[in-house]
Amino acid sequence: MLSHSHLKPLEGNIMRLEPKPAPSLAITLLFPVAAIVATLLLTSLLVLAAGASPLSVFYLVAKGAAGSQFALLETLTRATPLIFTGLAVAVAFRAKLWNIGAEAQLYVGGIVTVVLGTGALPLPSVVLIPVIMLAAMMAGGLLLLGPAVLKTRFGVDEVVTTLLLNFIVLLFVSMLLEGVLKDPMGLGWPQSQKVIAEAQLPRIIQGKRLHYGFVIAIISAIVVWVIMKKTVLGYEMRAVGHNPEGARFVGIPVNRVLMKTALLSGGLAALAGFSEVSGLKGNLTLDLSPGYGYSGIVVAMLAMLNPLGVIASAIFVAGIFVGADAMSRVAKVPSYIADVMVATSLLTMVVAILLTRFRVRWK
Amino acid sequence: MTSTPVLRLSGITKRFGPLVANDAISFELKRGEVIALLGENGAGKTTLMNILFGHYVADEGTVAAFAKPLPPGDPHAALDAGIGMVHQHFTLADNMTVLENIALGTQSLWRPRLDRAAARSRIGQLSADFGLAVDPAATVSSLSVGERQRVEILKALYREARILILDEPTAVLTPAETEALFRTLKLLVAKGLSIIFISHKLHEVMAVSDRVLVLRAGRLAGERETKSTDRKELAALMVGQEVKPAEVTPVQLGAPLLLLDRVSTARHNGAGLDEVSLTLSAGEITGLAGVSGNGQAALAALIAGTRRPTGGSISVAGRAIGDWSPQAALGHGIARIPEDRHAVGTIGDMSVMENVIAERYGSPRFSRMGFLDWKAARAFAEEIIADYDVKCPSPEARIRLLSGGNMQKLILGRALDPEPAVILASQPTRGLDVGAVAYVHRMLLAARERGAAVLLISEDLEEILALSDRIVVMSKGRLSVPSARGERSIRELGELMAGHGGEQAA
Repeated sequence: MLSHSHLKPLEGNIMRLEPKPAPSLAITLLFPVAAIVATLLLTSLLVLAAGASPLSVFYLVAKGAAGSQFALLETLTRATPLIFTGLAVAVAFRAKLWNIGAEAQLYVGGIVTVVLGTGALPLPSVVLIPVIMLAAMMAGGLLLLGPAVLKTRFGVDEVVTTLLLNFIVLLFVSMLLEGVLKDPMGLGWPQSQKVIAEAQLPRIIQGKRLHYGFVIAIISAIVVWVIMKKTVLGYEMRAVGHNPEGARFVGIPVNRVLMKTALLSGGLAALAGFSEVSGLKGNLTLDLSPGYGYSGIVVAMLAMLNPLGVIASAIFVAGIFVGADAMSRVAKVPSYIADVMVATSLLTMVVAILLTRFRVRWK
Repeated sequence: MTSTPVLRLSGITKRFGPLVANDAISFELKRGEVIALLGENGAGKTTLMNILFGHYVADEGTVAAFAKPLPPGDPHAALDAGIGMVHQHFTLADNMTVLENIALGTQSLWRPRLDRAAARSRIGQLSADFGLAVDPAATVSSLSVGERQRVEILKALYREARILILDEPTAVLTPAETEALFRTLKLLVAKGLSIIFISHKLHEVMAVSDRVLVLRAGRLAGERETKSTDRKELAALMVGQEVKPAEVTPVQLGAPLLLLDRVSTARHNGAGLDEVSLTLSAGEITGLAGVSGNGQAALAALIAGTRRPTGGSISVAGRAIGDWSPQAALGHGIARIPEDRHAVGTIGDMSVMENVIAERYGSPRFSRMGFLDWKAARAFAEEIIADYDVKCPSPEARIRLLSGGNMQKLILGRALDPEPAVILASQPTRGLDVGAVAYVHRMLLAARERGAAVLLISEDLEEILALSDRIVVMSKGRLSVPSARGERSIRELGELMAGHGGEQAA
C-alpha cells in the first residue's frame, strides 16, 4: 500500500524528484568517484581558460600531493587539522546541530594550548599533553555549548550564532596577542610565546613536519566511529538528527543529547587548534588556521558524515591544496584553482548524494 | 440528469517504483452527477485525483474535461478547465479574511488592488445559492472546521468550477455539519455541477451519490448505480472479502489504573484540556469520541508524557505523578500508540531494529556501560516481527520502507511487548487497510482481557462503538459524562460531539 505522507515526490516546473529505495553499497561507493571525475572535468574548463593543459595540470597536482615522500608527508600534515574539524562537523551535523563555528573552537583550542603549555604547568610530557588536550576539548566544547543552549531554550538559530562566534573569537585572539599573550621577544609581531618542549607533540619522522597529531586524529576518527555505531550516545544522536519529535516521543532526552553533541563536536574542533600549535607551529598566531574550520564542513560532507570517511576526504582536500601549491610553481595556473576544485567537489558531491536518494524525471 | 460526459479518464496507470497505485482506471463523469469514489486508504483514490488535478503525471492514460484533453502535470490547466478540488487538509491562509482567501490569485497581477465590493457581492450570491453561510470579513483562523470547508468550496465555485472534487470531506465534520454539506451538494448538482466525492465511509456514499466506483489496490473493483446496490455489497467490493467484526467478551472490571483529576493543559493542535477528569480502569476500553481538534491531541500528548499539565493532577496506580515526561510515562507502564506514526511514532531513516528498541534502549537488556547490544536488539526485532506478523525484509531495513499497516504492527509490538498496565491508542487504525485494522482491534481487546486499561481515541465512531466498554465525548477541551456500552445512540453522541448538552460536572 502506498502511504502518501512519506513518498512525496519533489515537484518543480522543469523536473521532478522521485524517492528511490535505499541505494546499494556499490552505488554508495561509486557516486563519490563519479563526483570527483565530474569535478576534474568542470575544473579543466578553468585550466583551459588559464591557457594550460588540464591533463598536465592535474598530473602536477597529483604529483605535488603524493608524488614524493616530501609531498605525501606534507599532505598528511595538512590533513591533520582537517580530520579534527571534519569530525567535529560530522558529529554535529549527524544530530542536525549546525555547527559552522569549528574555526572559533579551533582557535579556542589554540589559546588553551599556549596558556597551559608555555610553562604555567611544570609537568612531564606524558602528563602535560593529555592535560592540555582535555582542557582544550573542554574549552572548545563549552564554546559550542552556548549556541546549543540558546537553540534549545530560545530557538536561536545556531547557524547564525556559531558563524558569528568565529569572528568574535578571532578578534579575541587578536586582543590576546596584542595583550596578555603577546610574546615579549616577538619583535612586536602579534604572536604568543612558543610552548615548552614538554608540551610539544613529537615528530613522527625526525626532521620532517608530520607529527603525532596525525596519529591522534586517526585515533579520534576511530573513537568517533565507535561512538556513532556502538554506543547509546551515538544512537541517541542519530535519532535526534533524523527526527527530533519522534526521538522525544520515545523518551530520548533530546536537549541533553544536543548538549553532549555540542561538547563532543566543539572538543574535536579544539583538538585541531591544539594539534597545530603543539605539533607544528609551536605558538599561537592569527593565521593559525587558513579556514580549517570552514573546510571541515566540506570534508564532513564529502565523507557523507562518516567518521572513517572523514580521514579519506581530509587527505583528499589537503592533497588538492598541497598539490595545487606545487603545481602553480611549475605551470602558470594560480593555486586558487585548489579552492575552485574543493568547492566544485563539494557541489558535485551534494548532487551525487541527491542522485543516490532520488530519481530525476525531466519534464 | 442529462448524459453529457464532462470528464473522461481513460486507462490511467500510475506506478511508484514497484507499486502500481492506479492500474488502467477509466470512468466518465456526467453533468449533474455525483460519483462516489470508494476505497480503503491506500486503494489509490488520492493518487487518481492528484493525476486528474495535475499534481502527478500518469504513466499511461489520458484525462479529458469537456471533451478537451487536459495536458498532464499542469494544475493550472485543470483549474482553467473548471475543475475545483477541496483537499482533506485545507489550503487556506489563516491570517487572512474569507474574502481575501477566496479572491486570492483570481485577479490579474497588473491590478494591484482587489475589487472588494464586487468580490463580496459575488461571494454573497454564491453563499445564498448553495447554503454556504460564512462571513466574508471573518479571519479564517477564527472559523470552525466546517466553516473553513465552506470557504474551500466557495473558493472553487468563485473560480467557476464545473466539476468539484471533495477528498474525504466529512472526516473533520460533526454529523450535523455533514448533513449540511450533503444539502449543499444536492443544490450544486441541481445547478448542473458534477461532483466526485471521495470517501471510505459506506453510509455517506449511499446517502450522497448517484453512482459508486470502488477502488481496491489500485484497480477499479466495481461500478454500481447507488440505488441498485447496498452497503454490504460495496463493503465486499472494497475489501475483497467479507469482514468479521471483532468479538468482545465480557471482562471483570478491575482497579482504576490511571486517574486524571481536573487536569488542564495549554492548546495543542486544537483545543487544550479544560479541567478534565478521567479514570481508566483495568480490563476496560474507554472510547473517546469527538470532532478532530477538540482537545484529543492535548489529552493524548498529556498521557504520552510529551506535554505537562498546567493544572490538576495525574496519578498512576494510586500514586500521584511528580515530574512528567515521556520517560516517566513509560516508567509507569503506560504504552503509547501515537496518532502520527510517520512523524512521531517512528524514526523513518533508522532501521526496524533501531526503532523497536527506541523506548527501552537504556535498559540492561539492550545496553551495558553506554554501549548498545546490537545482538540483543536484533533478536528482539526478530521476535516482534514474528509475534506481530510484520512483513519486512530484515531488521536492518529502514522503517520508512514499510507499509502503514506493518509500521503500526511494529509500534504495537514495541508498546505491548512489556505488557503495559495502561495503553493509550490514539487513532490507532487511521489509514490502515481492513486486515490491519482488524489486527489492531484484536490486539487492543487482548490487552483488555489481560487486565490492561485502554484509552481509545478515534474519530471513527463505528470503531469506538465496536470496541468501547465506556464512551466519553470530548468537545472544546471538556469531557462528557461517560456512558456504558449501548447507553447512548449515535445521534446523542453526535450532539455531544457538536458541543450540545451533558458536559462533565466538575
